[in-house]
Amino acid sequence: MSSNSSSAGDPAAGPSVAPAPGHSEAAAGAGGDSGAGAAPVRRGSLTGDLLASELGVLFRRRRTWAMLCALAAIPILIAVAVRVSSAVPAGRGPAFLDRIAQNGLFVGVTAMVVSVPLFLPLTVGVVAGDTIAGEAGQGTLRYLLVAPAGRIRLLIVKYAGAAVFVIVAPLVVALTGAGIGAALFPVGPVTLLSGDTIGTGEAMVRLLLIAAYLAVSLLGLSAIGLFISTLTDVPVGAMAATVVLSVVAQVLDALPQLEWLHPWLFSHYWLDFGDLLRQPVSWDSFTANALLQGGYVAVFGALAYGRFITKDVLS
Amino acid sequence: MSAAGPAAELSIETTGLTKRFGQQMAVDGVDLAVPKGAVFGFLGPNGSGKTTTIRLLLGLATATGGSMRVLGEEMPGKLNDVLPRVGALVEGPAFYPFLSGAANLRRMDAADPYGSGATRRARVHSALERVGLTHAADKLVRAYSLGMKQRLGIANALLAPRELLVLDEPTNGLDPQGTREVRSLVRSLAADGATVFVSSHLLAEVEQICTHAAIMSAGRLVAQGTLAELRGAGQARIRVLTPDPGTAAQVLAGLGLTATLGTDGRTPGGAGSGAAGSGTDAALFASLPGAPAPAGAPAAREDGGSSRSVERAAVQPEAVVAALVAAGVRVRGFATEQASLEDRFVALTGEGFDVVQ
Repeated sequence: MSSNSSSAGDPAAGPSVAPAPGHSEAAAGAGGDSGAGAAPVRRGSLTGDLLASELGVLFRRRRTWAMLCALAAIPILIAVAVRVSSAVPAGRGPAFLDRIAQNGLFVGVTAMVVSVPLFLPLTVGVVAGDTIAGEAGQGTLRYLLVAPAGRIRLLIVKYAGAAVFVIVAPLVVALTGAGIGAALFPVGPVTLLSGDTIGTGEAMVRLLLIAAYLAVSLLGLSAIGLFISTLTDVPVGAMAATVVLSVVAQVLDALPQLEWLHPWLFSHYWLDFGDLLRQPVSWDSFTANALLQGGYVAVFGALAYGRFITKDVLS
Repeated sequence: MSAAGPAAELSIETTGLTKRFGQQMAVDGVDLAVPKGAVFGFLGPNGSGKTTTIRLLLGLATATGGSMRVLGEEMPGKLNDVLPRVGALVEGPAFYPFLSGAANLRRMDAADPYGSGATRRARVHSALERVGLTHAADKLVRAYSLGMKQRLGIANALLAPRELLVLDEPTNGLDPQGTREVRSLVRSLAADGATVFVSSHLLAEVEQICTHAAIMSAGRLVAQGTLAELRGAGQARIRVLTPDPGTAAQVLAGLGLTATLGTDGRTPGGAGSGAAGSGTDAALFASLPGAPAPAGAPAAREDGGSSRSVERAAVQPEAVVAALVAAGVRVRGFATEQASLEDRFVALTGEGFDVVQ
């Protein structure tokens, strides 16, 4: 995305931009003793303030918290259901469900398995689809651009914001799961898929690894959402389109007739995190997944760039 | 134009600026020249291309043709050097409803790469103070009234010292007090040396605060210049209130003035229709060639009037009154009026809802 940054106006293009009309001196006069005399005209980080502001806006929204709470409810529901019901027969229900009663840490794993096909893509679709279209629909996009945020800088910050959400969302599921599991069930050494047994600390590391795997898995979907978001001024449309795409990809992945297509679907490796539960850890699927997601980020990032940089902002 | 200096002194300069949406020419060959330090009124009926022009100037949309310079820099090439020096209110305020007013301003300031984080709170505070919103700084924008949002939008334009302010309909939704405050704010900004580009369809407002104006109609710039030039300074007209319109008209004709009969309003109506009875007053209008601008009108550096008075001798208003009284006309009211910007505006853009689209 950044390879072409010289052409269209991006304030982040050159780190050492010539002396600029700093707002600091005059503001020091207006604001009294704000001590801005020594403040550099150009701040140290190019996007730091804007990214901090973006995350502030994202995580101060009630909607974001509602989505995170909904995600947190999944492991809680699972744990409570297992606790109040009699023992789950092995091999029934989602993967690892039958292990929960023996080891509470598996609540986190089971909840992640459950939330991968729909709940996580749903929340990611909302956040990624809202990135540009939400600002456009609200009218704040024109003010951000006039500020001037710079179109490339804004696009990068918007994607970074979505990426942070993508990291946080599976983490919420994993940690809530581990927490509620520890509260309702015994916690002890975990037997891996390979038959080895690891301690509780090591098991927590594996749990976080799975969360990281899911975060990587959803980066491609976020890039798709970002691109769709640049196409419209209606955020709900962009969100819905992103979520629908994630469902369509999974449906296609389930059709054996389209086997040639499967390795190229962004959802192809979403559930392949079982490799992280072996001893030693097998990184094959992690690497393949990361490469695939990287490809999606590159392609849809470039498409979003091409679209957004020339877009007439008329909202 | 008389007040425009050399090219370097223009804050905004466009040449043949054009924007086409499909078949429709939203902006069609506009040549704007906004002198530095001016308070420039950008007039036009709704849909005449004002906001699109502003979007082009601010780099929000790409022009189909033509060139523009803002603050002496080529646009949109130098967009990111120019925009930090420009404060803007474009097509109404827009904010995050779930953030407070102050938080919204901090967000916008963070987007400005030159907005120093160290002075942010102080600048946000002084901007809110300037528009009188300090009491609502921590209130969610969701709970703001339209007028408060409008003020917050203006505050957003004032987050940093600006050389150019582009204010699109700044008094929209404001009560009379708010409108007055915005007017005095615009004057104080101009007094600080900023150029203020105000788009509006409220002519009275523009007439009160602007030094220059341009009129858009159907995407074209149909007039541009100082306010005096636009009004057609020197073209004052007289208004006679009398129950004897017939005699008065003859007297005026004797003085070389063409009288038109108005109803009781200020605008001339159909001449001659409906003979006024002896008891009721009729209003007669006649334009006064070469007359000095009446007291109260802004002192115009207009010398076009003198050339006109060469061909036709100036008629002094007091001479008209004397002649009317001498002829026995019962003069019940007499006034000299400056042609208003509204007259010119309507003449250029059409009457009522029949404006050129």
